[in-house]
Amino acid sequence: MDRNSAPLLTMQGIKKDFFGNQVLEDINLELRPGEVLGLCGENGAGKSTLMKILFGAADIAETGGYEGDIFLDGQKVSFQTPFEAIAAGIGMVHQEFSLIPGFDATENILLNREPEKHNYVSEIFGDRLNTLDRSEMDTRAKNAIEKMGVEIDRHMMINTMPVGHKQFTEIARELSKEQLRLLILDEPTAVLTEREAASLLDSIRGMSERGISVIFITHRLQEVLSVCDTVAVMRDGVLVECVPAAETSVAAITKSMVGRSVGTSQKREIKNSDGAKTILKIDRLWVDMPGETVRDVSLEVKEGEILGIGGLAGQGKLGIPNGVMGLYEAGGTVEFDGKVIPLGSPRECLDSSFAFVSEDRRGVGLLLDESLEWNVAFPAMQIQNKFLKKYLGGLIKWRDEKAIREVTEKYINELQIKCTSSKQRAKELSGGNQQKVCLAKAFALEPKLLFVSEPTRGIDVGAKALVLDALRKFNRENGVTVVMVSSELEELRMTCDRIAIVSGGRISGILPADSSTEEFGTMMLSGVV
Amino acid sequence: MKDKIMDSLREFGLPRLIITGFLVLLLIMAPFVGADLPTQISNIINRFSWNGILVLAMVPMVHSGCGLNFGLPLGIISGLLGATISIEMGFTGGMSFVVAILVATPFALVFGALYGWLLNKIKGGEMMIATYVGFSSVSLMCMMWLVLPYHSPNMVWGLAGKGLRTTISLEGYFDQALASIARIEIGNISIPTGTLIFFAILAFAIWAFLHTKTGTAMTAVGSNPVFAKAAGINVDRIRMLSVVMSTWLAAIGILVYEQGFGFIQLYMAPFYMALPAVSAILIGGASVNKASIMNVIVGTILFQGIVTMTPTVMNNMIHMDMSEVIRIIASMGMILFALTRKTEASR
Repeated sequence: MDRNSAPLLTMQGIKKDFFGNQVLEDINLELRPGEVLGLCGENGAGKSTLMKILFGAADIAETGGYEGDIFLDGQKVSFQTPFEAIAAGIGMVHQEFSLIPGFDATENILLNREPEKHNYVSEIFGDRLNTLDRSEMDTRAKNAIEKMGVEIDRHMMINTMPVGHKQFTEIARELSKEQLRLLILDEPTAVLTEREAASLLDSIRGMSERGISVIFITHRLQEVLSVCDTVAVMRDGVLVECVPAAETSVAAITKSMVGRSVGTSQKREIKNSDGAKTILKIDRLWVDMPGETVRDVSLEVKEGEILGIGGLAGQGKLGIPNGVMGLYEAGGTVEFDGKVIPLGSPRECLDSSFAFVSEDRRGVGLLLDESLEWNVAFPAMQIQNKFLKKYLGGLIKWRDEKAIREVTEKYINELQIKCTSSKQRAKELSGGNQQKVCLAKAFALEPKLLFVSEPTRGIDVGAKALVLDALRKFNRENGVTVVMVSSELEELRMTCDRIAIVSGGRISGILPADSSTEEFGTMMLSGVV
Repeated sequence: MKDKIMDSLREFGLPRLIITGFLVLLLIMAPFVGADLPTQISNIINRFSWNGILVLAMVPMVHSGCGLNFGLPLGIISGLLGATISIEMGFTGGMSFVVAILVATPFALVFGALYGWLLNKIKGGEMMIATYVGFSSVSLMCMMWLVLPYHSPNMVWGLAGKGLRTTISLEGYFDQALASIARIEIGNISIPTGTLIFFAILAFAIWAFLHTKTGTAMTAVGSNPVFAKAAGINVDRIRMLSVVMSTWLAAIGILVYEQGFGFIQLYMAPFYMALPAVSAILIGGASVNKASIMNVIVGTILFQGIVTMTPTVMNNMIHMDMSEVIRIIASMGMILFALTRKTEASR
């Protein structure tokens, strides 16, 4: 790579906000031909938004466009649609597969760019009736796959492929475009096995040698160091660091990603609740939740503790709260405070002072089209008759708008929810702030026991810390028992007193939060199905 | 100031601006082509007073997420049963209107409950099923009107002495029962104050209901049923309630319509009542799961305004009696336009 050549891509002062929430602030970036740029940052740091701007994604234009300038080869460009970006030689491989399941790899690679053959019919009725040149397609697909340096079957149907091969097919599709000069890879290795990832890295090196620039987004920092020339780190919408890969290290990148040094064991008090009474007793619970089946879980939750439930995805940890709260079909017995709670009835749970913050914020957690006030106050109003004015001896229960506004504003301040007013609609907030609204909704119920499911999924670091702090504070100051389900072990270890690990739909063990990562890791893998 | 005006215009919405503009244009044209403007204006007010409650009947089901009530004929049939039974029982004048409401109510509640039960079984496809519930109930009643043992000479076919006529005059019964209360007459303008007040009372009742605990739950069910379920709401019960309310309002609505119009129309007449009401609320700015009283009022005025003004103005322009054809073109055109305005909330 020639460090002195003119930059292929220059981004200057890129700014972007969604409904008043600044997600990108003054991003400046330069990329030379053949350069491999590693883009790191936690979820919500703004990486994907930045790439969407570069690629002309539709939702950028729909939400008011962006500020700043992008130059490609010294020419100012502003892509309104991905087609313009593709024509200019930018390729993007998405996190979600954009492949047609019923087509084979070759057809997907050359979709809409197939070489064609003329025939008699098309001579008369025009080029739209040309037939596909199958052998030429085969050659081009073969070349594209060879450029990657991996073996995949060109004639295999996408829906029968392992995920790794799907990922390679997508990359091959981009590589088969002759005008390709810049390839954006959005977390391509997340679904790959170690060996597949290694060959992907090789193919990135190959591309770089052929003069194709690559922007490589990943959470695996080791990969960044081994393949990238430059490492750029984003945090909360700001480009905090952009250094040659040779001059940095995993620890340094991590530090600038999270904005603090990540100690392996943060000192904090862990409450021992062994002596406390059992507030929730789950006995032989099964839950039929698609993808998160719970087979046989027995669990005791002590009053006043924070119990974490961890485990790998799909092992059933999410099924536990959803089943207890009655959102999915379930069986077994659940005893709360000595009283048996019938399963399958959210109302009974809420009446016994449970509250639940769902992992599915947009589907279950929020009224997206309603104001924050409604979102926060609704369950408390319906379950506990709060925020109501009663007329005619309780016959008419009138919404008390003033009380609703007050409680909403209280939680907006307490949880630092970023919004224009308590009347703003929930769908206009960012993920982190939506999560805080979900918490506020649960807090407003003043429950004795709070189930929180994946409280930090898809939200940025700042919000994450706030959400976890709020939970901890809610537990310690109000004495509310919290059961927190999360896929992130580190987060559980930072927040909880005890952690139960779910594996294969069963509890494989419960450990104090200060046990070592290895112990948890072993338990996670013990009963995987 | 300028921003404020722009904001309120944006809130009003482009489709409504266009239709309002068109209506104003028709009103301006009316005197020039020889139509009497005051008569036209009282026409619009009258038709608003007849149709307002039928449009209002859309609101509860929209709020609970059951969509637009294409099954309106079911409620209308309850109202028709009330009206005919009241006459059969021999009540006259204003009393026949009160009895008609009292008799229609149990029918509306029972039909509404069955209809609601059905809609709870087919969540997601409510509007399609509702349409056919309306159609099939009309067809069933086409037979029933002939078979049911009505004897009142004012209602049955003259020669056979049995089976109800297609159109029954309400003279002597509840013709103008509400409209004549405190009617205001200024020159050629006549305002049916009583009907308007009756509409206002029901509209206020619905508005108030939506501010109560149950009303709030109804809106939440329509906005996100899973959220409501997770908050301990019995979603099916709330939806059922909304359907019963809609059906009852439709029953009352048709009685109010008849007292203004002066006739009971049976057989296929209810068939054509749902679409204008659906269109009116859509034109008023409602979406499939959001509707306000303001949408009802604005929509009814605009829809009825266009439907009454277009034929009059056109007729006078071409000097030929084509009013029925033009009325159908205008109202069907408005319905088509309204259905293209159908928007759904985000999930």
